[in-house]
Amino acid sequence: MAKQYETVIGLEVHVELATKTKIFCGCSTAFGGEPNTHTCPVCTGMPGSLPVLNRQVLEYAVAVGLATNCGINRYCKFDRKNYFYPDNPQNYQISQLYLPICHDGSVEITTEDGTKNVRIHEIHMEEDAGKLIHDEWDDCSYVDFNRSGVPLIEIVSEPDMRSADEVIAYLEKLRMIIQYLGASDCKLQEGSMRADVNLSVREAGAEKFGTRTEMKNLNSFKAIRHAIEAETERQIDILEAGGTVVQETRRFDDNTGESYAMRSKEDAQDYRYFPDPDLVPIDLSEEFLDEIRNKQPEFRNEKMARYREEFGLPDYDIDIITQSKKMADVFEETVALGADAKKVSNYLMGETMRILKEKELDPQDISFKPEALKTLISLQEARKINGSVAKEVFEVLFFEDIDVESYVKEKGLMTVNDEGLLRKTVEQVIADNPQSVADYKGGKEKALGFLVGQTMKAMQGKADPGSVNAMLKELL
Amino acid sequence: MENILDLTASELGEAIRRKETTAVEATEAALENIRENEKNYNCYVTVDEEGALESARRVQKEIESGKLTSPLAGVPVAIKDNMCTEGLLTTCSSKILSNFVPTYTSEAVLNLEKAGAVILGKTNMDEFAMGSTTETSFYGPTKNPRNPEHVPGGSSGGSAAAVAAKECFYALGSDTGGSIRQPASYCGVVGMKPTYGRVSRYGLIAYGSSLDQIGPLCRSVTDCAMILEAICSHDPKDSTSVERKDNRFTDALEKDLSGMKIGIPRDYFGEGLSDEVASPIREALEVLKTAGAKVEEFDLSLVEYAIPTYYTIAAAEASSNLERFDGIKYGYRTESYDGLHNMYKKSRSEGFGPEVKRRIMLGSFVLSSGYYDAYYLKALRVKALIKKAFDEAFSKYDLIIGPAAPTTAPKLGESLSDPIAMYLSDIYTISVNLAGLPGMTVPCGKDRNGLPVGMQLIGDSFRENSLLKAAYAYETALGGSFERAFFKKEGR
Amino acid sequence: MANIISDETIEYVGILAKLELSGEEKEKAKADMGSMLDYIDKLSELDTEGIEPMSHVFPVRNVWREDVVTNGDDRENILKNAPEEKNGMFEVPKTFD
Repeated sequence: MAKQYETVIGLEVHVELATKTKIFCGCSTAFGGEPNTHTCPVCTGMPGSLPVLNRQVLEYAVAVGLATNCGINRYCKFDRKNYFYPDNPQNYQISQLYLPICHDGSVEITTEDGTKNVRIHEIHMEEDAGKLIHDEWDDCSYVDFNRSGVPLIEIVSEPDMRSADEVIAYLEKLRMIIQYLGASDCKLQEGSMRADVNLSVREAGAEKFGTRTEMKNLNSFKAIRHAIEAETERQIDILEAGGTVVQETRRFDDNTGESYAMRSKEDAQDYRYFPDPDLVPIDLSEEFLDEIRNKQPEFRNEKMARYREEFGLPDYDIDIITQSKKMADVFEETVALGADAKKVSNYLMGETMRILKEKELDPQDISFKPEALKTLISLQEARKINGSVAKEVFEVLFFEDIDVESYVKEKGLMTVNDEGLLRKTVEQVIADNPQSVADYKGGKEKALGFLVGQTMKAMQGKADPGSVNAMLKELL
Repeated sequence: MENILDLTASELGEAIRRKETTAVEATEAALENIRENEKNYNCYVTVDEEGALESARRVQKEIESGKLTSPLAGVPVAIKDNMCTEGLLTTCSSKILSNFVPTYTSEAVLNLEKAGAVILGKTNMDEFAMGSTTETSFYGPTKNPRNPEHVPGGSSGGSAAAVAAKECFYALGSDTGGSIRQPASYCGVVGMKPTYGRVSRYGLIAYGSSLDQIGPLCRSVTDCAMILEAICSHDPKDSTSVERKDNRFTDALEKDLSGMKIGIPRDYFGEGLSDEVASPIREALEVLKTAGAKVEEFDLSLVEYAIPTYYTIAAAEASSNLERFDGIKYGYRTESYDGLHNMYKKSRSEGFGPEVKRRIMLGSFVLSSGYYDAYYLKALRVKALIKKAFDEAFSKYDLIIGPAAPTTAPKLGESLSDPIAMYLSDIYTISVNLAGLPGMTVPCGKDRNGLPVGMQLIGDSFRENSLLKAAYAYETALGGSFERAFFKKEGR
Repeated sequence: MANIISDETIEYVGILAKLELSGEEKEKAKADMGSMLDYIDKLSELDTEGIEPMSHVFPVRNVWREDVVTNGDDRENILKNAPEEKNGMFEVPKTFD
């Protein structure tokens, strides 16, 4: 009896570009300034002010378009999108509707269900809005225009995704490509990557799409997944009850797991787009595009092939390391300093991934110096510290800018290479653990492990496990 | 020396350089005349007596020390109140900006300041430059100094009237559909709208961004060339500002028009044109022929489509440009309101006058969903046709000459009741803005009531020099002064 | 008059343009807009088939600037004309996203 439904999802992804200045004025895009300290007449919509395009925005937009297999509209224009809101200083946003810079691209995504293409309808350039700050105690909101005019690209997909997994795979793919390009750091939490989800459901096998809703305010993969699941359910419930889905914009609240309509009769959603007369058209030459093509970095596939060839790393390692440009950069820089590739890889796949997961961080957040990791590996190779000490130190250097060698010395973490002390300690351990000694001699190999552990403990973890092993075998 | 106020801007500049007078004396004389005449004419929204005298003293020192050598150094100027001036109230003659004091100065005005101009104040205008009579101003109408029962034209009516009333030596105006040329014609002064992109629009409070251009209003063709030379620049802050090398306009001031071919559009002399306007223009054409020009009639075509095209485009752009006036960042905010949208609506409805609201409503409508193609895109297509018609004309002629307006200045209070009738007064000026071309008006006579008649010269893009040359030859043939030739009062 | 502007249309345009007209103003606006549109309808007499809409009159292209910070902290000036201001920000009636 129960009908089968299919979820159909398209995404509008906004990415803040990593330019130094805003899209139409020379104000800084730096985060964290006091309110309105990164503003000027242009980005606050003062009368008589005029926009002038930041060339870097165009270069990044074209670079992202090329990397996502888009066609480039060599002739393109900016349009005004008119709507009133306090964070929108001119009450129109400069964007692109009629001739966006990139069109008809695609990216390949992989999920448990296999590999598929998600088509990109278009990519356009636009300006970000300011920030509204709400005061719970009075009946006012406050506007800070520091973010107003920060450059964005909006990547609009076709409705090609069918599940939350596909959506997340698509977002991860976009993020990776854009990070590889250096066009943005793509941090969802900080809003430098934002996704609006357009979702509809239809009976499995139906040809026509259902009515879609648009969900905004999704700032983590978790929120996106929850929102998709909740909205799918909501729409199916409506249909099952014989109702119809209303085309509307909904805001998802991650705390309650519910979304609600953002409708108001004052919001006509009629943006009256028209070409912005203050900005002249863009007409890109083939040379301009070539210049950007030549500047495109090595992308993941090329990098993977090279890592296999150059470092002989296992595919498993390569897969993890190249998932983010940042991680790959750290890997290459550390290896370039002379560290062993596999050992660097182990630190990245193991400890680094563990810390990132534990602290809910993004590979973009990696800030330790490759020199530090290189030193750590050297100390370990020289048996000056043992593996568990190295792990401990790594956790410190991950967060703090330490000089690894002096840190190890100061904290007294160096391996103790005093054979006399080791012999004495092992003798003591053998004397204290007759049962284990008997077990070992009776053929239980495991007992040796216990004795090694006891010795390490007695030496406060600073012995070299290899030497301990050898000494125990000798004395037993 | 004769009355200092009778001097043209270039003559005054020369007199200051020759130490026959000073910037301070000239400023004081202008201020004195303003004090005496403002109650009659209402040319200014703001007169900055203190600031003007202070800058006159500073400029005079710099002239004496040899630091300022520009031909206009020390000459007092009036600025239309839609150009931002740092620290000086800039209202667009609107209630919604009645308290707006910019923190930056528009590029054209900065250029004048660099040339040693002394700013007397800000002139009255139609609210946000929307109007043809200067009657839509929040600060009351300006009156035509040639006959105070009549309007000065608009929207730069305050600037034109201030020049005619000698309440300044020259003025800046802006022209979106004839707003410099038509009031210049009504007030009997020289006015020019340069080619779109010649003068930076940075700091000019936009009405129709694709049509707006700043230009001079003054008493002689020489003044016009000098002022244009001073204000034009390639401004990296204005994306539509064009980099040009041909900006030595004073070089164009020649009397010999041999070889110049002038086209007279028959369509500009048809129905609707007053005989009292047509005859002085025909007489002026004879003068130009004598100076060596070849004059020929032709059909320009599309003239009757210019006004609907213009109102669609200008209203659409204006509806968007004026969205920023929302009571949040600057300007008027209503006293009491219930929530955000009510604040927007009340502030804007109370802050804008009827003509501005009319155009905002029209503009919002023609851009709205379902109408964009039929109205806005259609208008942009017709604009392309109009440009093409001019291109064809300029393949044959160096210059086009016609009237600036169908009639002389109407009486106060006669125009606003019928918007379309008022819009028709711009019929000869509007297509010049649509095509981005330079246009200029010079006085060429007066009607039986003594009201000035203006002749309009239209050139190909960036050919301001052709306009200046023909106008200069005409002025010279008249004896060197439009004022003496047409408006000198008996017994002076 | 060919174009009859309905109450709904005037109401709708008022929402778009954020203008609130009194009853009398509304009637005037309906009549004015109707006659303006009649006038603009004159353009439909012209055959513009195949004519590219001309948004920019001159073929100026590719005007841009380099990505270099040129502006410093100008907050005091930016807030100077604000009708209401608090803590370096513009104060507005409460917004609900």
